Amino acid sequence: MEIIQSAQPVYAVAAALLAVIPICLSGEKRRNLREAWTFLAAFATLYIVTSMLPDVLEGKVMEYGLLTVLPGLEIKFRVDALGMLFASVASFLWIFTSIYSIGYMRSLNEECQTRFFAYFAVSMAATMGAAFAANMFTLFLFYEAITLATFPLVAHEQTPEAIRGGRIYLVYLLGTSLLFLMFAIVLTYVTAGTLEFSLSGILAGKASDLMLTVIFILYIAGIAKAGIMPFHGWLPSAMVAPTPVSALLHAVAVVKVGVFTVIRVALFIFGDGALRGLHVHIPAAYVASFTIITASFIALTKDNLKARLAYSTISQLSYIALGVFLLTPAAMVGGIFHIASHAFSKITLFFCAGSIYAASHRKNVSELAGIGRKLPLTMFAFFIGSLGMIGIPPISGFVSKWYLSLGALKGGNAVFMAVLLVSSLLNAAYFLPIVYKAFFEKPENPHEDVREIPLMVLPLMVTAIGAVLIGVFPDFFIRLAELAVRK
Amino acid sequence: MSLYEHLPILLIVIPLISAYFIPLIARIKAGSAWYVATAALSVTSAISVMLLRTVLHTGRISYRFGGWEPPWGIEYAIDYFNGFVAVIVCLITLAVAVYAKKSVEKEIDRAKIPAFYSIYLLFYTGLTGMVVTGDMFNLYVFIEISALAGYALTAMGKKRGALLASYNYLILGTIGATFILIGIGYLYVATGSLNMGDLRVRLPLLYDSHAVRTAFAFLTVGLALKLALFPFHIWLPGVYSQAPSVVSVIMSATSSKVSAYVLLRVMFSVFTVKFDLESVPITKILLFLAGVSIIVSSVLAISQTNIRRMLAYSSVGQIGYIIFGAALMNRTSLGGSLLHILNHALMKGTLFMAAGAMAYTAGAVQISDLRGMGRKMPFTMAAFTIAALSMIGVPLTAGFVSKWYLAVGAIESGMWFFIPILLVSSMLMAVYFWRVIEIIYFQRETGDDRLVYIGRQEAPAHMVAPMLAMAGLCVFFGVYTALPVDIVFRAADILLRGM
Repeated sequence: MEIIQSAQPVYAVAAALLAVIPICLSGEKRRNLREAWTFLAAFATLYIVTSMLPDVLEGKVMEYGLLTVLPGLEIKFRVDALGMLFASVASFLWIFTSIYSIGYMRSLNEECQTRFFAYFAVSMAATMGAAFAANMFTLFLFYEAITLATFPLVAHEQTPEAIRGGRIYLVYLLGTSLLFLMFAIVLTYVTAGTLEFSLSGILAGKASDLMLTVIFILYIAGIAKAGIMPFHGWLPSAMVAPTPVSALLHAVAVVKVGVFTVIRVALFIFGDGALRGLHVHIPAAYVASFTIITASFIALTKDNLKARLAYSTISQLSYIALGVFLLTPAAMVGGIFHIASHAFSKITLFFCAGSIYAASHRKNVSELAGIGRKLPLTMFAFFIGSLGMIGIPPISGFVSKWYLSLGALKGGNAVFMAVLLVSSLLNAAYFLPIVYKAFFEKPENPHEDVREIPLMVLPLMVTAIGAVLIGVFPDFFIRLAELAVRK
Repeated sequence: MSLYEHLPILLIVIPLISAYFIPLIARIKAGSAWYVATAALSVTSAISVMLLRTVLHTGRISYRFGGWEPPWGIEYAIDYFNGFVAVIVCLITLAVAVYAKKSVEKEIDRAKIPAFYSIYLLFYTGLTGMVVTGDMFNLYVFIEISALAGYALTAMGKKRGALLASYNYLILGTIGATFILIGIGYLYVATGSLNMGDLRVRLPLLYDSHAVRTAFAFLTVGLALKLALFPFHIWLPGVYSQAPSVVSVIMSATSSKVSAYVLLRVMFSVFTVKFDLESVPITKILLFLAGVSIIVSSVLAISQTNIRRMLAYSSVGQIGYIIFGAALMNRTSLGGSLLHILNHALMKGTLFMAAGAMAYTAGAVQISDLRGMGRKMPFTMAAFTIAALSMIGVPLTAGFVSKWYLAVGAIESGMWFFIPILLVSSMLMAVYFWRVIEIIYFQRETGDDRLVYIGRQEAPAHMVAPMLAMAGLCVFFGVYTALPVDIVFRAADILLRGM
């Protein structure tokens, strides 16, 4: 595997971060200029990320050590297939989320927009940093940075509910990362002598099985962003955020950093040999399965649309975790592919939820009767996203589930295939009725003036089309996923 | 070059003489007190930096008072440990003096200001003397100088609670100082010597003697009182919250560190590691008390409504970290502990400075008064937030570095249970600091008449500049760790070797 020394990953982080200053300086007075800076940063980041693609697709890896804080604790970047998959999805979707944000913020006449766009840029910079982290210290640094940078976005409205939601968000995320993840990292360092990610893991054989199992449990407990139960409580609370935040951050960036970190820990700190030896991967797969099913049941009970989507996200994230824990190549590829697939489908669904709210001020499923006639494009995109969640071809969700099922069968664990099947049925049960209600039920007030908001409709159509395209042409992400897990 | 040789003593003499002259000069030219004090502190800071550089190049410096040979004469010995602490004390006192100019004008009667600066310099003299001296009785003298100056400084403000807090501090501090004196006395009786280096050589033969063990016990308890180690911390919250802002800054940033220095000096350089581990179960006792200190203080901090009391309880916990790291007798954790002396001085200094600035511009004392301060005083609040993140231990801040070494050292010596204590306390810190940050940035201002600020009203530059400088250092030393880490581990090595 060829390693290239290149500072490009740093540029990707810097492009997003440096935008903060012009955004703040432009301010509300020159808001079109301010929005232009966000776009510039988003395009620059996507450009830098894609410029690294050719090398990564050939199987090469780019590295860059930035600075050494302490011996053994280095801020270092590495661009490999896994990081590239995550970063390319996130940076691509940032562009459309920015368009969507403008539509949302302006149509609702939100306050503190400069703060919003500034912290959004910081969050995306931190996401890029996490995607390209070469060791656990760098990843932890950016993981915490994401928590802190997204807090102002979650509490944006500054209403008592928003502040309460923000507090729960922080308690879960900072609490678990300080109590458990930090502990796991210190133990890893003392046990392995290093924190660098390695394809064969760094912990194998370095300590007793008991110690390694404890470290593993501490990691899983510490990575609350992955939404694995019982540490999922922050995600429903984060729904008080404005919908662009829920869309990009809590469907794509924050939650995917969580499962991304779980993958890094499982495959690059422990390594599949160590996990098999400890026999923790199957119990972990059961925990993920529990999350998948339970979260889906809870989603059924939620009338608030964003809450339903939040629990759906918790459930879908555990698909990714499940795929990784099964440790068969097909399952791992399916799980990693789902990072991209779920991102597109879920962001579409959140975009639709925000579009519905901005157009009609409705938040609950029970209020959505007949809204499909007023907002046909939105609700059709919602339908596409739902199909992606359920896993119906040609939407990309089908590809993930196909690989996951193959992986489950090959590993001799057919029970997990049943989990996937039941979960698909549950997804249908809590998504399809919404679509039915929207198109086929009579609205309460047929003459209400509710219409699509163009700046919000465009992005959601793009992401819906994206979800279909990824399903029809999955090879790009599949190739990245396969490169990510090969040794 | 002979002046250069006398630098160690100049470190004490310059502030001491300036302290005496300030009231006179201020009588001649009104308002000059601050300038004289700052000038004296600048010179002394330069001297301390020069001394540290000399120590780093050539090793331990030994200065004989009046040319008399130790152990009959008083020796000033500067090695990596106290050179490091001396620089911290000097530079922070200088930064606080800059901060003090405006703060003191508001909080202390105009007529008393020259007296304030005079006593401030005396306090500083006492602390610096405690750090550089190599003689036990000389140490006691300086302990008393700084203590008495401290009691006076505490009582100087306009708050009525200050008198009570000062009185409390006086009683407990005097008990502590008396214990220390008894301890020194027993040591003298047992060995006939007062020089630290000499004691280290003479004592090992006497480790089993009751007199020596009792001396150690008295010294430790006396210093624990000075240090505000649980359960001897009772005086601290009152003093830190009632004293003038400047006094709370300087005390939180320096005097507790210097007391920690003295305890470590006694434990490692006078009595060696061997004594600490074998003759007296001091390590277990200190580990226990420090651990309790850390947790209890964090819990108590959460329940406070006054911001300075909250910070005071936080300080008690942080001192617990320093003592815990030292009591583990492990090189890595001792290094973290010494590094924390620097880091906590920076962090707590910044936090108390910010609290003082908030009181200065808005009279804000209760946490609930701080609503919307983020917009009123952006620089102050930025410094506060950076220091708070450093206290919590976010990576790339100084606080993370010392906590990292403490954690790694704890695992290396098998003290697992410390890691949960460290992490839980970090989490509790996140709770009480975040509560403040949330109020500052995310809650709307009230139209409350109690609050007197109108529009953007940042604290004066004299107050903001040192704050931002120290907050900047919190980040700087979190990223460019090489120099402090190097000094600190050299210091840890000599301490563990018993030198």
